[in-house]
Amino acid sequence: MSIEVRNITKRFGAFTAVDDVSLQVGGGELLALLGPSGSGKTTLLRMIAGLEFPDSGSILLNQEDATKHDAARRRVGFVFQHYALFRHMTIFENVAFGLRVRPRNLRLSKNDIRDKVMQLLALVQLEKHEKHFPNQLSGGQRQRIALARALAVEPTLLLLDEPFGALDAKVRKELRRWLRRLHDEIHIASVFVTHDQEEALEVADRVAVMNQGKLEQIGTPQEVYDNPANAFVYNFLGNVNLFHGRVDRGRVRISTMDSESQEASPALDRSTLGYARPYEINISRESGGAATVHARLVHIYGVGPKVKLELQDIETEAMIEAEIERTQFVELELKQGDEVYVSPSNLRRFVEDYSI
Amino acid sequence: MATLQNQVEPQKTRGIATLLRGRAKKPGILPGFGLSLGFTVTYLSLIVLIPLSAVFLKAATLNWAQFWSIIAAPRVVASYKLTYGVSFAGAAIDAIFGFIIAWVLARYDFPGKRIADALVDLPFALPTAVAGIALTSLYAPNGWLGRYLEPIGIHAVFTPLGIIIALTFIGLPFVVRSVQPVIEDLGGDVEEAAASLGANGWQTFTRIIFPAVFPALLTGFTLAFARALGEYGSVVFISGNMPMRTEITSLLIVSKLEQFDIPGATAIASVMLVSSFTLLLVINGLQARMRRTGEKV
Repeated sequence: MSIEVRNITKRFGAFTAVDDVSLQVGGGELLALLGPSGSGKTTLLRMIAGLEFPDSGSILLNQEDATKHDAARRRVGFVFQHYALFRHMTIFENVAFGLRVRPRNLRLSKNDIRDKVMQLLALVQLEKHEKHFPNQLSGGQRQRIALARALAVEPTLLLLDEPFGALDAKVRKELRRWLRRLHDEIHIASVFVTHDQEEALEVADRVAVMNQGKLEQIGTPQEVYDNPANAFVYNFLGNVNLFHGRVDRGRVRISTMDSESQEASPALDRSTLGYARPYEINISRESGGAATVHARLVHIYGVGPKVKLELQDIETEAMIEAEIERTQFVELELKQGDEVYVSPSNLRRFVEDYSI
Repeated sequence: MATLQNQVEPQKTRGIATLLRGRAKKPGILPGFGLSLGFTVTYLSLIVLIPLSAVFLKAATLNWAQFWSIIAAPRVVASYKLTYGVSFAGAAIDAIFGFIIAWVLARYDFPGKRIADALVDLPFALPTAVAGIALTSLYAPNGWLGRYLEPIGIHAVFTPLGIIIALTFIGLPFVVRSVQPVIEDLGGDVEEAAASLGANGWQTFTRIIFPAVFPALLTGFTLAFARALGEYGSVVFISGNMPMRTEITSLLIVSKLEQFDIPGATAIASVMLVSSFTLLLVINGLQARMRRTGEKV
């Protein structure tokens, strides 16, 4: 049970949707394809399913070239964002569909089909709804039926296209945890597409981050989050503060912060960007000299265990977002309009494609 | 076993209060149920019911024996058979070809699609007499098409076949316009879902697409059929109006009116009315049953 995608490219007219992407999914792994809309993740998924065909490159299912096989031949389960249930059929018939359309010599007996469908309905906890029609079910229930239907044909691979995209936040969260547990139970190699980084980081074994048709980085959630390959990945995986600055003759100057550059080749007066997550921003009442930025506290969002602060760099007028513990907030006795000193504990800089 | 908490259950029951009140189906945002129902009843009475009941009133001036002798006359019975037969055939042909046309218009892009789309409505706009004359001259033994059909033994004018041709022409837009939006609405993803579950093209068509489109197709068929039952203008030219062979019921009614035999005309009209109404009621009932299960997901 493995898929390998080799140097796949797909163009729609002049637009390159997927640009020379290679990746592998093996065993019972759950891989998330993460990216903003238009990044080519759905197109890539559809090509793996055989619903779309690549212009170049190849797709291997279980080490066997399946690039030219159509969807019916690939035995790949596909779950659509908008469920794509057959609305004139009962829930039972929807799930049974894949079993009923098999060639006569491979088809199960009526009783076996019934047993199998009821088993699957039990797996998605909807056995009571076998006689209902799709329009009588809620969104989350429909998506579980779509999943049961895809599993009925015993696919070697399960593909899910933004499976929770059309659901509200609470159902979404429950359903994705449920999917994770289900996946651990049935252990079938799965790929799901999402634009929600939280969902990808929480559910997947590995995350593939895509942007403008290219694969930016692939790795475990921990790897991509802690060691983002480039600014895009870093940006996409969470809230971020941007510091504009310059590098000149071995010195980096960002806002009022001045430090030594770690770069191997000392560059001459070039602009640079520093990144820090809101929880990586330290706030103090005392100036730390050249390592801090002088800022004014513009707004306080105090709901929840953490306090969110909006600060403005007094020199550059750039906005800085910070997140601190409530206890620290109380200690500092912060009020709107206060002037404080801000220092990022972990300022990252990406120059072109490598991080420093 | 994985569990899912707080799952959202669908609303199964509508409040009993609403059922008891039973006025509007759902309490809506817009008021004016009484007013709009009143308007509907008045309008239907003025436009449909009163003229139709006049037919029955006129027919009632006959006694039962007279009434029976008019409506059961062999020439009249032959016209019923012909009218229902050719109307059914015409509507059935429309259902098949209308479906194909609607499919092509809904699914494909090709140069001249807009013109083709507009052409479908032409039978609505064209005066039926013009259509009748045009078709007659086309299919006549010396016409553009008739000259090739005649030698191979197909007589398209002054035969039931000719009537079917005219009725097919008249009924086509009903089928296309009923089916087209449903096909457009169907979306490609159900077909893709079927394909990914291992269904071949034929299975996808017969099990997924056709059942989804069938209620709309039946609507189109019914409209075309109903239209064909009452058609007059386009048929009289191409049929030749030979008693017992190519005489449709509406022509019989008109010829009775021309002889000022108004009770006779209304007697036949009332038979047509009752039979057509029963038929439409049955088809609508069938559809309502299918619609219940086929609502949009």
